[in-house]
Amino acid sequence: MKLAFDIALRFLKSSKGQTALIVLGIAIGVSVQIFIGSLITGLQKSLVDKTVGSAPQITVSAKEDGDYILDSQTEIKAIKAANPAEITNLVAVTQGPAILKTTDQSTTVILRGFAWDDAQGIYKIADRVVKGELGTNKNEVIIGKDLSENLNVKIDDTIEMITPTGKTGEFLVTGFFDLQVKSLNESWILTNDGTAQTFLETGEGVSQIEMQVKDVFAAGEVAMAVEKRLNNDNLVVTNWKEENAALLSGLSGQTASSLMIQVFVLISVVLGIASVLAISVVQKSRQIGILKAMGMHNPIASLVFLFQGFLLGILGAFVGIGLGIGLSWSFATFVTNPDGSSLVPFYIDWYFIGISAGIAVAASTLAALIPAIRVSQLDPMEVIKNG
Amino acid sequence: MDNFVVEVKGVSKVYGKAIKTVALHELDLGFTTGSFNAIIGESGSGKSTLLNIIGTLDRPTKGEVIINGVSIRNMSKRRLADLRNETLGFVFQFHYLLPEFTALENVLMPYRIANGKADKESQKRAKQILNLVGLEKVEKNLATNMSGGQQQRTAIARALMNQPKIMLADEPTGNLDSQTTDSIYQLFRKINQELGTTFIIITHDRRVAEKADRIVEILDGRISLDIVK
Repeated sequence: MKLAFDIALRFLKSSKGQTALIVLGIAIGVSVQIFIGSLITGLQKSLVDKTVGSAPQITVSAKEDGDYILDSQTEIKAIKAANPAEITNLVAVTQGPAILKTTDQSTTVILRGFAWDDAQGIYKIADRVVKGELGTNKNEVIIGKDLSENLNVKIDDTIEMITPTGKTGEFLVTGFFDLQVKSLNESWILTNDGTAQTFLETGEGVSQIEMQVKDVFAAGEVAMAVEKRLNNDNLVVTNWKEENAALLSGLSGQTASSLMIQVFVLISVVLGIASVLAISVVQKSRQIGILKAMGMHNPIASLVFLFQGFLLGILGAFVGIGLGIGLSWSFATFVTNPDGSSLVPFYIDWYFIGISAGIAVAASTLAALIPAIRVSQLDPMEVIKNG
Repeated sequence: MDNFVVEVKGVSKVYGKAIKTVALHELDLGFTTGSFNAIIGESGSGKSTLLNIIGTLDRPTKGEVIINGVSIRNMSKRRLADLRNETLGFVFQFHYLLPEFTALENVLMPYRIANGKADKESQKRAKQILNLVGLEKVEKNLATNMSGGQQQRTAIARALMNQPKIMLADEPTGNLDSQTTDSIYQLFRKINQELGTTFIIITHDRRVAEKADRIVEILDGRISLDIVK
């Protein structure tokens, strides 16, 4: 074993140019894998984060429109218990449509009320307030920045809203928010839970319970677990994946195409190593022949070449990781949006890099298998007869 | 019965399937322990084939080879390899040193094939052998950085490393000048006398052969002459 390793190492060292060439070949393969993998993963992460990062990923609501979840605390407990490891940022939302009236205009809005602290998880609402502050007192609301512009509403103005049932109420605007989605900024009016429950006459009831999950792609399974746990025909559980099928199919298309590229890169790396090692067998056949004549067993002679493949793989993987990370970093740093932020954020997934490196090492060793088999078939007589 | 360390009984070797070429015709030959033998013959006479069969590198078409009293007929490739490693030393016309290794490392190779790692003891022995062949000064040189005579002497030292009972040499001085040739034969003799190693040497140089204890001449695959001095 040790001898085979030493001979392999010496063979590689003695033909440095050839070794460097194969290592570079493997390294480029690995770096392309890491680069493309990181790029796609980074792209998907930022895309998913932008799409559902600040939105509920699972929503539990009443089956009938206009019905309410009456005992929200009990339901929240049950939801949490369904998958405590995945479910985070639970918030009970009371919402309903209303007509907003100012002195000269009116528009349809959605009044949403929740405990500000709970809403911080999903909506990071405190960070979204661009002017003024959260309305914590009765009948205080914050409105979207676009709505404020449309209606020319200022902080400390009072606005009037009418529910579909005809109830009217006056509210004090304490701040403006910006959720970075124009349609929400134009239609949402946010308030504390007490104000919404009183105005919308839901009593203790809430309209829906929203939550996020740690692994956004597991939302489907978690939603199913929640549904099972709640076991209530009057409630429906929806998740973001159901509502974003187009995005998901885009993402899986991306994943599949990046996988394709990686597979072909891998095949070319394997072929490269196999062919160079095959040539190396011819180059070293004299040495192998004499080693066998001196009593080296066939498996050990084969091992010499497997070790060469293995060593080349390790070297190539290391260089490739460096190159790949460098490439990803350069791309994230130098390919930027007009505002200077990177087009695709720099993202390193060590697990993925580990797998890429592992595959490269395994593939290199595997590529050495053909030369290794050829070596075990080499008859020392051939070498000695032919010089 | 003679004390044969190597014995071939009725050994034939036929090459080719469609057109058969007979290289050896039912040869019977034995070599006694500690003897110094020369095999001569013209090229194509079958002498190298015989040596390769004795060295277990080639298998006879018919007949039997007995080394150290044991027939090799039914030995596995693995056992044959071990036998070559422990009992036989090879020196060929070409030195076949590993160019990636130094003289000392080349000499240690047969030991490492058997034992994996070279311990202090074996390193010491390898140095002694290099001393014996007069190469102590170049032991750290790569095989490629030595003269032809030095390379061949390194190959001889390597063949001696595992203290083989039998040394098989196929034209060991074929590529060397006459002065180096003489020094190598003197070395062979010295080893033969000091270590009791049996030598079977192929040569086409009659002058060299005459220094042996026994000369066997092969002609067209048959023994045409067998002189014991």
